[in-house]
Amino acid sequence: MPIIEVENLVKKFGSFVANDHLTFSVEEGEIFGFLGANGAGKTTAMKILCGLSAPTSGKVMIAGFDVYRQAEMIKKRIGYMSQRFSLFEDLSVWENFQFYGGIYGLSSATIKQRTTELLGRLGLESEKNQLLGSLPLGWKQKLAFSVAIIHRPSIVFLDEPTGGVDPITRRQFWEIIYETASQGITVFVTTHYMDEAEYCKRVSIMADGKIVALDTPANLKLKYNAANIEEVFLKIARN
Amino acid sequence: MRGFIIKEFYHIFRDYRSMIVLFGMPVIQVLLFGFALSTEVKNAPIAIIDHSNDQVTREITSKILSSGFFILNDEVRGEGHIEEVFRHGKVKEVIIFESDFATRLEKDHQANIQVIADASDPNTANLLVNYTSAIISDYQREYLKEMSLPVTITTESQMMYNPDLKSVFMFVPGVITILLMLITAMMTSISIAREKEMGTMEILLVSPMRPIQIIAGKVVPYVLLAFVNALSILLLSYFVLGMPVKGSLVLMLAESLLFIVMALSLGIFISTVSKSQQMAMMLSMFALMLPTILLSGFIFPIENMPLPLQIISNIMPPRWFIIIVKSIMIKGLGFTYIWKETLIIAGMALFFIALSVKKFKVRLD
Repeated sequence: MPIIEVENLVKKFGSFVANDHLTFSVEEGEIFGFLGANGAGKTTAMKILCGLSAPTSGKVMIAGFDVYRQAEMIKKRIGYMSQRFSLFEDLSVWENFQFYGGIYGLSSATIKQRTTELLGRLGLESEKNQLLGSLPLGWKQKLAFSVAIIHRPSIVFLDEPTGGVDPITRRQFWEIIYETASQGITVFVTTHYMDEAEYCKRVSIMADGKIVALDTPANLKLKYNAANIEEVFLKIARN
Repeated sequence: MRGFIIKEFYHIFRDYRSMIVLFGMPVIQVLLFGFALSTEVKNAPIAIIDHSNDQVTREITSKILSSGFFILNDEVRGEGHIEEVFRHGKVKEVIIFESDFATRLEKDHQANIQVIADASDPNTANLLVNYTSAIISDYQREYLKEMSLPVTITTESQMMYNPDLKSVFMFVPGVITILLMLITAMMTSISIAREKEMGTMEILLVSPMRPIQIIAGKVVPYVLLAFVNALSILLLSYFVLGMPVKGSLVLMLAESLLFIVMALSLGIFISTVSKSQQMAMMLSMFALMLPTILLSGFIFPIENMPLPLQIISNIMPPRWFIIIVKSIMIKGLGFTYIWKETLIIAGMALFFIALSVKKFKVRLD
């Protein structure tokens, strides 16, 4: 059974249609790339999937729960990392983990154990008492991702997680994403870096509120006769 | 929830600016209003021109000078000088006794004193003239007693609750009100707006926390801090300004708590309509501070305002709280006298809570 199931999702703001009959599904443990030009409606769709925004019509099932009626059940099973950096700058690394672990209702022992584990994976144990504001952006992004999965969600939504980050850190970031996916956590990611799209198992490309292409990167390249996803994207965007 | 509150305290204590606002402001404001902005008059320079110079005028003069409100400037010798000394600001008031003052008083039972005040500062002039006439009529009463003449009607004015007309009595309730309003409403609205601006609010909304929990987590720390502030203002006004709480301290604190909750709900409401910290700040400054100071009856008496403003002042929560504070602190009245005002503030609190909960939900769509 797919972990995300979307059928004919429509979201209107007044007369403007941000999401026009989206239909797609994401399998458990998959890394799903959600691409599209600025203003194509990616963030709107993502917000609906996370329960931040209500759909106008259509069926949306997340982890087997209905987005209209079981939003509370969904919220416990998802993690979210927003486009904007979203940890508290004036709290230390440790305090941020404590706080976010706490709002997901984890016990202090669990928080402690998982924080140690996550920081160990990032190699940032020695920074745990530093204020977040004093760390470089790349580190903060990795920490924000770790915080988003501290409660072991079924799905983690990443909204442009690597914006403004250097190539090495981006590579490391994707290594962490792979590791996370291998643990069975589904990764739903939007990005503007087309090389990153190649790392996804499947990608969808949105334009004007519609999904115009959805397949594995290899199939898309074949279909559009392109050397890489960037070319695919440009061909779609120009039409 | 507990983690939420701890986090909020970290935010407050690590931001030295909000610390200064939180704890410096009460002290500074109380001291400023208590001392610097005093409207009392002490040691005002006056001149006395005595054309009679008899026993009665000398007695009145010494009574006036020993009151502590005035000090004598003896440069002025005649009426011709008056304008000049006023213009140089050397004296604030001139008192002139007509000639043969004592004789006239005895024979005609009437004698005249002229009081001229420098009304370029009308408040001071008014006060000085009032003080002077009070002292003179006081003397008149003593004089009449000695003479044992037939009863003469004299008006006797008495300043109830604040016989010395201490301005501290007027300012402390106002300062408490303003500070509680400012700290609670402004600080909460800014701190919620900050979460929005930083993007952390989104993360909180995605989490299983309910909006009401999020708001409560943000608000509880400020209730505590504002309460500490209310206490510290009361302590300051008692020990530094010598203003006691005449009524029940428990009632006073309970009313403060109610007002704090009202201001908080107003702050939450402001934050739901503002997108950034700056906007929240501006809104609380202009929408709260100025009307609080100008329309609440804190500085300008409401009775003297034009009717439209009087009507507007009814919807100013501080107006009612100031009445409550004055009733408890100065008049020492109990709850039966202020239940109406209490009810109004409670109603306002409910109104703003309902409004912001509604707003908060709408924002999620």
